[in-house]
Amino acid sequence: MRSRSIVAAVVIAVVAAACASAPRMSEKPPGPAAGFGKPISEADIATWNIDIRTSDGRGLPPGRGTVAQGKALYEVQCLTCHGVDAKGGSVYGPMVGGIGSFTTDRRVVTPGSMYPYAPILFDYIRRTMPMDKPQTMTNDEIYAVSAYLLHLNGLAPADAAMDAVTMPKVQMPNRDGFIADDRPDTRAVRCMQNCR
Amino acid sequence: MIGATLVASAAAPRIVEAAPLPIPESEQKPGRPIPPSEYGMPSKFEASVLRRRTDVFVNRQNLSDWSMTPLQSQLGIVTPNGLFFERHHAGVADIDPKTHRLVIHGMVKQPLVYTMDDLMRYPSVSRFHFLECSGNTLADWLKVASTTVQQTHGLLSGAQWTGIPASWLVNEAGLQPGAKWVLFEGADGATHTRSIPLEKVLDDVMIVYGQNGEMLRPEQGYPLRVLIPGWEGNVSVKWLRRIKVSDQPWYFRSETARYTDPMPGGKWRIFSFEMECKSVITQPSGGMKLPGAGMYEIQGFAWSGRGRITVVDVSVDGGKNWQEATVEQPAMDKMLTRFRYRWNWNGNPTMIASRAMDSTGYVQPTVDDITKVRAITGFVQHHNGIFPWSVAANGEVKNAIA
Repeated sequence: MRSRSIVAAVVIAVVAAACASAPRMSEKPPGPAAGFGKPISEADIATWNIDIRTSDGRGLPPGRGTVAQGKALYEVQCLTCHGVDAKGGSVYGPMVGGIGSFTTDRRVVTPGSMYPYAPILFDYIRRTMPMDKPQTMTNDEIYAVSAYLLHLNGLAPADAAMDAVTMPKVQMPNRDGFIADDRPDTRAVRCMQNCR
Repeated sequence: MIGATLVASAAAPRIVEAAPLPIPESEQKPGRPIPPSEYGMPSKFEASVLRRRTDVFVNRQNLSDWSMTPLQSQLGIVTPNGLFFERHHAGVADIDPKTHRLVIHGMVKQPLVYTMDDLMRYPSVSRFHFLECSGNTLADWLKVASTTVQQTHGLLSGAQWTGIPASWLVNEAGLQPGAKWVLFEGADGATHTRSIPLEKVLDDVMIVYGQNGEMLRPEQGYPLRVLIPGWEGNVSVKWLRRIKVSDQPWYFRSETARYTDPMPGGKWRIFSFEMECKSVITQPSGGMKLPGAGMYEIQGFAWSGRGRITVVDVSVDGGKNWQEATVEQPAMDKMLTRFRYRWNWNGNPTMIASRAMDSTGYVQPTVDDITKVRAITGFVQHHNGIFPWSVAANGEVKNAIA
């Protein structure tokens, strides 16, 4: 009896401490003592482990592709929706231009103008393109199409090749264009009479 | 006699029915028999109450697209599952729960994999929360573009969600020192992915399989999604297949080139997750016509990604004077809340609007307040300004944002 009451007191103290430090969690019941997940190795997750940490390219796979290879692939797989030279096509708008437009009131958002880091191209193309059969392109093909799009945006020379080493080094114009969330940024007051 | 007394005592004269009431046909025959089994549907007379793609901003494909909730027809705070708004990046995935798996890995002590049976074996938690797309109302801040509140504010819905706290799974896998960010990834054709701060995940994020009393609809992520209360809708990744823990965010396309806010000086605000306190009048609203002067109950929704709605004020004179509306209970944390205000319209043209305040004391700003501190251009995200409707002398209600 005595040991049980001590255990109970400890449990109450732990719960009370948890509530005191994080009151928003108070409605959440504690997790069950035993979980139901099964151990799995990172090797067995490899086919799903497709994310690239775009700021430094961590996760970029082996492979390589050139601007010329990318142009050939683009014209077969991408042109119908995105248009000639990525200037916009039947379904989607331009993926070129816009650099320098952000100080105007017509901001043109493209990979070249917007992405702070070039590996975003690899991550996004791999997970989404081509839209009718995503995750079917080889790593070489993804690097090649990325190289071509960077070239069209004026961010890589015509003889460039992209791989896990070169891609994170591409200097993107909007690298320092982002600011942290500073909201609330308005200070409205609850005016009731003769407000305007 | 009783009826006559009531008519005589009423304040306004009423038109007397000219003919005896007929016996309705429905009383003179049996109704539809109960079939052996069925999924019940709304009355055929409600056939116009539909989720709709917008005709204001028309995409040239309907895979990365959206449909909007008919807020003007919603009664109460729970959006029926068939009317809950949609936003997909590669269409609606169709997933067999028997083959679905959820993996958690990265900076954890033990990577784990779960079947749906595994996940549904945990004790469950049910909570009411709204979801709002960060781009809700994006077409209308600079000019009148939309007609109805479905078009202006319909990327908004509310539901009761059932699942398990995400922290249970994270703790079960065990965090490595330095863990700070968590990736959630979908099993759709876009493997839509977002980076979420660990602090939020451990606070109130849910791994959800249920919505309004049934399993998620396919368009809401069946069989599994994450639900990140109060934050922009696209972070609540649907068809959830993978959770990865790291020390840094990933800066995906979906968090740099999209869902960021244009700011002065050519800058973009990133990771602006919370949907700030906002409200809109749904009754009467754009496209409706008031039949004449007299009493109307102004109704609408208020919500805040930072907490509960504490006050809603209504103006019926274009924002000059405001009166406190009734906030209908329950007014729950990060959930749609209804307000009501009895308005005796004198028949003169005017403008009506609502303004909400949340439990942090934050007051919904005017469009001018927002314009002063942000760059209003392009696909404006996270705009929560006060939204007025005009009422003309003939009773027509119209979008009066500009």
